[in-house]
Amino acid sequence: MMVWLILLPLLWASLAFMLGPSRGVWLSIVGLAAQLWLAFALAAEIVGSGAAMHAVGGWGAPLGIDLVADGLSAAMLLLTQCIALPLAVYAHAYFKRDDPATTYFWPLVGFLLAGLNALFLSTDLFNIYVTLELLGLAAVGLVAAGGGAQQIAAALRYLFATLVGSGAYLLGVALIYGTYGTVSTVTLVSLIGADAPDLVWIAGGLMVLGLMLKTALFPFHFWLPPAHGGAPAPVSALLSAVVVKASFYLVLRLWIGPFSSLTVVASLVVWFPALLGTLAVFWGSYQAIRAERLKMLIAYSTVAQLGYLFLIFPLLASAGALQAGIMQAFAHGLAKAAMFAAAGTLIKATGQEMVAGLAGVAERLPVTLFAFGLAGITLMGLPPSAGFLAKWQLIELALSQQHWVIAFVVLVGGLLAAVYVFRVLRQAFLLAPAGSVVTPVPRTLEWTAFGLAAASVLLGLRGVELMQLVGVT
Amino acid sequence: MKRLLVVLGAVCLVVLLLGAMHDLAPASVELHAAVATNLTASGVEHPVTAVLLNFRGYDTLLEIAVLLLALIVILAIGMDATISAEATVDVRPLVNPVLQTLAKLVVPLMILVAVYLLWAGSFRPGGAFQAGAVLAAAAVLLHLAELLPSWQSPGVKLRLGLAGGFLIFLAVGAVSLMQGALLEYPLEQAGALILLIESGLTVSLGLILAGLFLLLSRDDGETS
Amino acid sequence: MTGGLLFASVGVILFAMGVAGVLLLGHLLRRILAFNIMGSGTFLVLVALAQRNGIADPVPQAMVLTGIVVAVAATALALALARRLYVLTGKLELSQDDEE
Repeated sequence: MMVWLILLPLLWASLAFMLGPSRGVWLSIVGLAAQLWLAFALAAEIVGSGAAMHAVGGWGAPLGIDLVADGLSAAMLLLTQCIALPLAVYAHAYFKRDDPATTYFWPLVGFLLAGLNALFLSTDLFNIYVTLELLGLAAVGLVAAGGGAQQIAAALRYLFATLVGSGAYLLGVALIYGTYGTVSTVTLVSLIGADAPDLVWIAGGLMVLGLMLKTALFPFHFWLPPAHGGAPAPVSALLSAVVVKASFYLVLRLWIGPFSSLTVVASLVVWFPALLGTLAVFWGSYQAIRAERLKMLIAYSTVAQLGYLFLIFPLLASAGALQAGIMQAFAHGLAKAAMFAAAGTLIKATGQEMVAGLAGVAERLPVTLFAFGLAGITLMGLPPSAGFLAKWQLIELALSQQHWVIAFVVLVGGLLAAVYVFRVLRQAFLLAPAGSVVTPVPRTLEWTAFGLAAASVLLGLRGVELMQLVGVT
Repeated sequence: MKRLLVVLGAVCLVVLLLGAMHDLAPASVELHAAVATNLTASGVEHPVTAVLLNFRGYDTLLEIAVLLLALIVILAIGMDATISAEATVDVRPLVNPVLQTLAKLVVPLMILVAVYLLWAGSFRPGGAFQAGAVLAAAAVLLHLAELLPSWQSPGVKLRLGLAGGFLIFLAVGAVSLMQGALLEYPLEQAGALILLIESGLTVSLGLILAGLFLLLSRDDGETS
Repeated sequence: MTGGLLFASVGVILFAMGVAGVLLLGHLLRRILAFNIMGSGTFLVLVALAQRNGIADPVPQAMVLTGIVVAVAATALALALARRLYVLTGKLELSQDDEE
């Protein structure tokens, strides 16, 4: 079942390519719906009977490549498919028929999802490198597709960042293979002990740093705002909501998997990601508060929200930290997809890219603005949203271990999020200047954004199931 | 400042790595032994081909996806609508007849070499990638000799050729998944299946690699 | 020092040079070349470090073949983007002022 989650998007992507330019919409949407069903079925199966394993080629690691679906990977698969399907419906309504960005939009989305799903399931460090490149190049392609000079420049910047990131990761893999003769994470867990040679430490450092660059963790975030802020709205939503989480997921996997005996020895190392995460929360929020363009505001908000994910690293020794991290990934994923989708609708309707140009949209586009507000509630971490649940758990864990700094960062980050969300809402409730026109937009645009935003809030009520899923090993 | 930091960081990395690599214990897992043991069951005689298409065939499947994806991205980036195909004609110098004659002579030989490389891959260095690269080189040579125009946007036949090799690979993967594990070949058919995959890949890889070049040269005239 | 270690050391140096190049150079073609140097360095480490005892190992060799194809794809994509940027702006550099 899990393997079909990889083969299916590859299949519909290449079929959509064969169909030709701007074709393959329905093929893709049917494929995505099937993937969503598969992801739910996989999650249910795992909760019932524990983690599932598939030895590709029947060889088994370390000679072959093993795919493993445990709670963590099943949760990420679920998040990805849950966001991809509504965004595909949104994208279909968003792009005009002759938009140059759509010529090969669907094949690119297919390869992107195949890369994501393959990454979440793989337990082979080198195979993960290939999935990272599949994902990275597809994402760059989506940013660049049909764009003008600014978009191309943003795509190039993104490309160099992602290539350097995966280059550092691959050097780490090469060093690991040289040291141990295998790249299977399952085999490596037992091989890498506290007395590992220096080379393994350097390899781990290179891999984690490379992946942090790909996650756009502060201070490696420079490429994210232009790329996510400049791409078409459906693409921004997809990239911000899931693509950056993939490399975070890998850092987490490495941290609690093959490198777990190293991180136990060096107790100070766990504070390094948390420190960068803290800086990301403050810097990202500050830039979001200052941003003049609406999509830049949302992109900087992503920089800030990614910071929370890295706050869990000092807490990973205790049960529940993983759950808090994944809950935050879900909350941010759904909310950010909704926010970019809503922003795309607002910009399309008003023709204004600036926050200042939003005056009057509360009256004209209430559903979309409501979606934006709901997503904002999740980002701020107000109850009953999933964001609240994630932050609540993070604070509780931090206080129980006397790491009050983390609790403080989470609280202040929520307040800062409130500032930039209310900046948008306040502007939206102002009276529209005379003579402003709002072009009618398809209903689908408004309601898909609303659906995603509502999901990000309502997930808070079903958090127990998700946490139970994440706990399956 | 930035320059200094980067250079310093790079030097530190080199020093650290060279120091750490120096006294390394032998690896605890020896995959080359495992490859040698399982080589008879892989369907091919050359260990690298066995790893590429059998033991780690899944890597190769995804890697072809990456290559196909790169081509699709180049198509998706697109050209300016204002540049028409006619505007790019007749800006180049006259064609060199020596080059053209040479290309006409060499290209059939290159195709022969490609077929040999494909066939040789199962028992000595060679295989679909090498064969595909030679095919692509032949296409590039033809283009440089003005015997093959650059691509504008590929038609349905060309798209079939570009994605066909990948789709054959994917189909083999799907069928094997339904009967057991992904890309698990039955012992007696392993050799034939690998040859089938490699033949499809040779054509598609040749086309994709050539396409990367021929698509990039499509708006040649108006910038130079 | 065995032959394998010597090659791996060269690979490390090439990687460091490549990374510095990608980060510091302005001209896009040079940055793309630097990325390729970086990749070649990594491939050298991957093959040579595993064979430092003189026994050939087909697994990293196959991995490098895969890596090369991926690098080709990335290079082609980078070149296409650079070319597109040149068509649109007439420049082959990313401007520095919009970095932050």
